[in-house]
Amino acid sequence: MSDKKPKDDITGVETTGHSWDGITELNNPLPRWWVLTFYACIAWAVVYWIAMPAWPTLSGHTKGVLAMSDRKQVDEEVAKLVSSRAPQFAQLHATPIEMVSKNKELFQFAQESGRVAFAQNCSTCHGAGGQGAKGYPSLVDDVWLWDGSIQGIRSTLQTGIRSEHPEARYSQMPSYGRDKLLEPQQIADVTQYVLTLSRQPADAKAAARGAQVFATNCVACHGAEGKGDQTQGAPNLTDQEWLYGGTAQEITTQLNLGRGGVMPTMSQRLDPATLDALAVYVHSLGGGT
Amino acid sequence: MLFKNHGIIERNSMILLVGILLVVSIGGIVQIAPLFRIEQTIEKVDGVRPYTPLELAGRGIYVREGCYSCHSQMIRPLRDEIERYGHYSLAAESMYDHPFQWGSKRTGPDLARVGAKYSDAWHVQHLINPRSVVPESIMPPYAFLEGREIGIKDVVDKHIVAQVRVGVPYTQADIDNAKTDLLAQADPNADSEGLQARYGGKVNVRDFDGDPSKVTEMDALVAYLQVLGTMVDFKTYEPTKAENLR
Repeated sequence: MSDKKPKDDITGVETTGHSWDGITELNNPLPRWWVLTFYACIAWAVVYWIAMPAWPTLSGHTKGVLAMSDRKQVDEEVAKLVSSRAPQFAQLHATPIEMVSKNKELFQFAQESGRVAFAQNCSTCHGAGGQGAKGYPSLVDDVWLWDGSIQGIRSTLQTGIRSEHPEARYSQMPSYGRDKLLEPQQIADVTQYVLTLSRQPADAKAAARGAQVFATNCVACHGAEGKGDQTQGAPNLTDQEWLYGGTAQEITTQLNLGRGGVMPTMSQRLDPATLDALAVYVHSLGGGT
Repeated sequence: MLFKNHGIIERNSMILLVGILLVVSIGGIVQIAPLFRIEQTIEKVDGVRPYTPLELAGRGIYVREGCYSCHSQMIRPLRDEIERYGHYSLAAESMYDHPFQWGSKRTGPDLARVGAKYSDAWHVQHLINPRSVVPESIMPPYAFLEGREIGIKDVVDKHIVAQVRVGVPYTQADIDNAKTDLLAQADPNADSEGLQARYGGKVNVRDFDGDPSKVTEMDALVAYLQVLGTMVDFKTYEPTKAENLR
């Protein structure tokens, strides 16, 4: 290549020197600022390789002089977050749970932490406001299947109900229909009797026969008056609160299938202080005695 | 010098071709070579095991129904995600996932640690009619999974063999007993000793869908969902150990 490049007469711009059929190509160089930026980027890449984890090697990768690690970084951020809440959580966990509401500031902290934990872990079944759904108990009333005291709620959160936790609360309503423990006629009769317990209109004759069936099969858990038993999670049948519905058809279905929900143990997912906060929050929604 | 003489390269196509191959192969080596040492990039953790035949069947349904289009299975190492979903996902947790289900979009929540979070009955009801438990949900219903028997033959004869071929360490005993294990996991009254000997004592043995008469696609999918993120024993895992930092 010669050092002296031919110039195009019309534009005065240097040409590449190539010519096809009399047409020559102008040689407009890249702007200087662009070229300099390009070189700067290459230089920056070299700096980055040295400073940051960059190149894969046979046994891992180059760590870089800054030894940056996403996992280390997030570990520090989480540790910072935990330590910023630590004094309150420690105080909460150290306070007997029934005394938390006496300390206004601590109660407020427990309420807020509990609300957040509830939204993420509990609301999917018990509803955003704790209102429950068919098969999932409402937490906003003062009717409780199991112990509804604040310690009782804390204990349910710890072990769950019919969960895999070795100390889980456990009880099982028999599947009277599916397992053929009662005749269909007996189930129809006891359904009518259960309707009378909650003062709903029922067939009096069938209910009288059903009372006999109830006395031999149901009183062990639900009590002679059908008022239930919180120590074994047997619901009160005399009120207007129903887990699986209180119509004749729904009661029959429950007698047939004997369903019982599973509450997962929360102790493997959440730390003890968060469980305390949750218990305080849930109890405030509508705790029983 | 290089800049002055690039005309030589441009005018000789063979030299240009060799130059192109040289540059491309550098990029290729940098990307491909480390894959041959992939074992090095997976953390050593306790507890991760291949899926049981029933879970594998459930995983097949998860993929078939395209759950990954809306649900990721990858908790990123960000503080807010850890606060919501739990410990960030480890490479080891998806080492038996072929193909992986990390996902690229979260229309629904991340499912990497959904296992043991809800009850089986909740999953069944939610899959049949999502809005019956989560009113604001936009997930489509999957009610047809209920009562539909799973293709046991496909799982036993094909899925497991395919997994072995891509490197999942199922033993010959696992393959021979696949059908027994699959049926045993969905039946709490069955003898599950063999299943637990092969896949560990932590394996969930339950009637997942509440219908003991047959093993359905609902059983399989719920069994799969209930094991997600529950395998690693985080009590023995030290996240800040040098070899675990990434």
